[in-house]
Amino acid sequence: MEIAESKVKGHITKYNSEKKALIAILQDIQDEYHYLPQEALKIVSKTLGIPLVDVIGVATFFRAFSLQPRGEHLVTVCLGTACHVRGGPKILEEFERKLNVKAGQTTADGQFTLETVACLGCCAIGPVVVVDGNYHAQTTIRKVDPILRKYRKKEKKNEKH
Amino acid sequence: MKSIKKLNSLKDLRQAIDEQVQARKSEKKSMITVSAGTCGQARGSLQVIEALEKVIKKENLEKKVRIKVSGCHGFCEAEPNIIIKPQEIFYQKVQAKDANDIILQTVLKGKIVDRLLYQDPARGEKVSQERDIPFYKKQMRLILEDNALIDPTDINDYLSIGGYSSLLKVLNGLTPEQIIELVKKSGLRGRGGAGFSTGHKWEFTRKAKEKIKYVICNGDEGDPGAYMDRSVLEGNPHRVLEGMMIGAYAIGAEESYIYVRDEYPLAVKHIELAISQAEKIGLLGKKILGTDFNFQIHVAKGAGAFVCGEETALIASVEGRVGEPRQRPPFPAINGLWGKPTNINNVETWANIPLIIDKGADWFSSIGTKGSKGTKIFSLVGKINNTGLVEIPMGISLREIIFDIGGGIPAGREFKAVQTGGPSGGCIPKEKLDLPIDYESLTQAGSIMGSGGMIVMDDKTCMIDVAKYFLNFLRDESCGKCLSCREGTQRMWEIVKDISEGKGKEGDLELLEELAKITKDASLCGLGQTAANPVLSTLRYFKDEYLAHVQDKRCPAGVCKDLIRYLIIAEKCTGCLACLRVCPQEAISGELKKVHVIDHSKCIKCGACFEACNFDAIQIV
Amino acid sequence: MANLKLNGLEVKAEEGWTLLETAKFYGLEIPTLCYHEGLSPYGGCRLCLVEIGEGPKAKLVSSCTYPAEEGLVVRTDTKRVIEARRMMIELMLSIAPYSKVVQDLASKFGVTKVRFKIRNEECILCGLCVRMCAEQMDGRAIGFQNRGYKRKISTPFDIRSEECRLCGGCIYICPACQLRCQGPQAETAVCNACLTMDPTCLEHYDDLQCWMYDAGRCGTCVREKSEKSDSKKQTRASK
Repeated sequence: MEIAESKVKGHITKYNSEKKALIAILQDIQDEYHYLPQEALKIVSKTLGIPLVDVIGVATFFRAFSLQPRGEHLVTVCLGTACHVRGGPKILEEFERKLNVKAGQTTADGQFTLETVACLGCCAIGPVVVVDGNYHAQTTIRKVDPILRKYRKKEKKNEKH
Repeated sequence: MKSIKKLNSLKDLRQAIDEQVQARKSEKKSMITVSAGTCGQARGSLQVIEALEKVIKKENLEKKVRIKVSGCHGFCEAEPNIIIKPQEIFYQKVQAKDANDIILQTVLKGKIVDRLLYQDPARGEKVSQERDIPFYKKQMRLILEDNALIDPTDINDYLSIGGYSSLLKVLNGLTPEQIIELVKKSGLRGRGGAGFSTGHKWEFTRKAKEKIKYVICNGDEGDPGAYMDRSVLEGNPHRVLEGMMIGAYAIGAEESYIYVRDEYPLAVKHIELAISQAEKIGLLGKKILGTDFNFQIHVAKGAGAFVCGEETALIASVEGRVGEPRQRPPFPAINGLWGKPTNINNVETWANIPLIIDKGADWFSSIGTKGSKGTKIFSLVGKINNTGLVEIPMGISLREIIFDIGGGIPAGREFKAVQTGGPSGGCIPKEKLDLPIDYESLTQAGSIMGSGGMIVMDDKTCMIDVAKYFLNFLRDESCGKCLSCREGTQRMWEIVKDISEGKGKEGDLELLEELAKITKDASLCGLGQTAANPVLSTLRYFKDEYLAHVQDKRCPAGVCKDLIRYLIIAEKCTGCLACLRVCPQEAISGELKKVHVIDHSKCIKCGACFEACNFDAIQIV
Repeated sequence: MANLKLNGLEVKAEEGWTLLETAKFYGLEIPTLCYHEGLSPYGGCRLCLVEIGEGPKAKLVSSCTYPAEEGLVVRTDTKRVIEARRMMIELMLSIAPYSKVVQDLASKFGVTKVRFKIRNEECILCGLCVRMCAEQMDGRAIGFQNRGYKRKISTPFDIRSEECRLCGGCIYICPACQLRCQGPQAETAVCNACLTMDPTCLEHYDDLQCWMYDAGRCGTCVREKSEKSDSKKQTRASK
């Protein structure tokens, strides 16, 4: 992927190129590209004057960041305690089976990335699954396939255009 | 929303509050308040709002009825729920298709729509008033009740319930020393989990000899299962801001940060909006309301690290570094953010401050027990009927929370344990149900108060599985610096995993206990020091269950995959093919109307058949 | 100047001293691994733990990072400390059984068994290489990545670093790379050979070599290879 240096620098100057804003800068770059490209990290290191090892240290420490490109759709299964007690792991396993990937991986066709999160704070409606920012309440094993099909359909729709 | 007029003096603020309070009192329109926090939205409150607005428009009722979009009301089980004023009628599980009936029947004619009423599962009676609902009856909602009264995106609405009058009181004549004395006397203890005396913490920071000081609001809320802070940040952000303003004034800080978890986008949005509105109205900035008080609040987002709930790790994160805790001393009160004196308090702690200033220390300390004053918000989740946020006075018993407020265990199952304090806490068994909620009593029982997560477990929850879950969480969230924490959590997890897979052997439990004690002793920060609690507390109260796994290779609760089998009960099987269809391994054989059979060599115990069967014909043995 | 109690002794510490530096000054030995005089203290290996305070509030802290404060009561070899120390060594052995530094610690402090699965990863994440590269060599070519059980030390993107000047400082300072122990049995991961052997140095020298180095760390059994293997076989056979 082409990384426009000016775009990345834009995200940095937005915060007055302050070292303390490193995490916020990385979050904005992550939002832009859906992951943290190597080139972008090098630009951040140079512009902010933070050694590259330290930038990588921060980028790999926090779960919000991904150094690998993510799929079109991000499926996040909540594995907080309440969701766990209500069967969250079985939901995750069903997603893993249906998508043929393990948590943390992206499908071969680049459509879905499956991840887990420790807690979204929606415990009352657990087990919770979030796809592209849309919250799905009280997920069951049976609901997994319909959820995936809904997003696959969206893909087909977009392709037709 | 009404426009925001800049206030330039204390008198202006007094006037503005009075005006808004009056406006609320003289509200002529009927009001429908819709609970629309994150989970309300996930269950469809936005669609409900849209539908209601449509009906109002269609029937030309704009001058008679208005809709208020509030944050979470706390009774999550009933979401989406609405409250209709002035009758104070509470409707639960509302959907878009109910909009017509709500407006035409209840709002216009005062007729109750029966199907939307809350029904007490125990006694079967239907209740229309919020205050009569058993879930709310025993609560003391000093902080949460305002959530149902205001629109969090409108600062004027906060003023209309008397918001910012405590700040006014402070700026009108309380000295920092007086404020600190007040908070000390109230007995308020940190609501983030450690329970340190808030007043004393403020005093340390105030006394530090540095001109620049900081105040931080810890909104990381990393404990899975806890979402009290989310509810307050989403539903009543100004309350938190007001508390921080008062704290900063008392401590002598001019700059502050609210650290919000990355996983709470709505909370971030509402807090940022609240800050910008507070700036617009003149309650943040330089020379606030014409006084010498300068104060600024910034928002810093977390990026997915539980350890950043720890004070020194949080500070590192705000500074743009990895969230690695450091040794204390020096404490943040002396050497914190960028080396300056910093006071960090939890969201709920800040939310209590305006209350204490308003009603006084004696009033606050009259609530609760000797050592634990005031109320505490708990998130009551898991295997419980009335899931939701519960605010109770300290000293009430666990039994009352779980059975009177929580409505007991669903599906007629038996209570087994309640887990408090998140990954740093422990499981409390049946025998201790009459324990009063209190910092000390929970610690003595082998758990901690923590931030307020309360996860209820029934007899189908395996305690070894719970211990494994928490250890897995902790080994991933550990920052990795200390050998004792990093390897301790990893090795404890390996041992418990082996036990859950039937590979437990002689000496495992002793090794587990030894490793747990040393991880606790040798680690640098709170994460490592409390990492062993889930293991130690489950070993203390559920040793038999551990022994069943290790010696008998049996999982009594029917959870640990390697120790259970799924069995179709021939007498109950109707031959409906439902399970056959959903089995991913094609491990079930059978024809229509004939008894089905599971081939255990193929079965991966995914549970799909169990979920699909409508006749209770599948058992876990 | 701070006045504190160290193992019952009244001692004085200079401004800015840590407990480890104070103990060293007074000749008290506290084992360390991730500590190095020329580098900033890290406090990660947890070997240098000491017990401070008394009664129920007493706790263990890493002496290499804890400041020597006025009025502290410090004890370097309590039951809690020794139990913790042994467990740390046991954990390290399970990760890096071929490190002579760790094996020597095991022999010295009486760790004779490893009850965890052997990982043979070598790196115990003590961070000495990272600090060496950053502080002494001003390279910053390697650093910590990830967290928790996935933590590792590597170059950015796990490829050859542009900052690395091939100085070898990291290899020099690494306790796992320094000296290799020939002794550990694969199944038990513990060597303990120097516990059960007669000092081999006396076969080559007149004086016991550990007056120069700590007992067991002289490395003679490793250096004097040709004759060593025979004498080792002899000693083992005679057991």
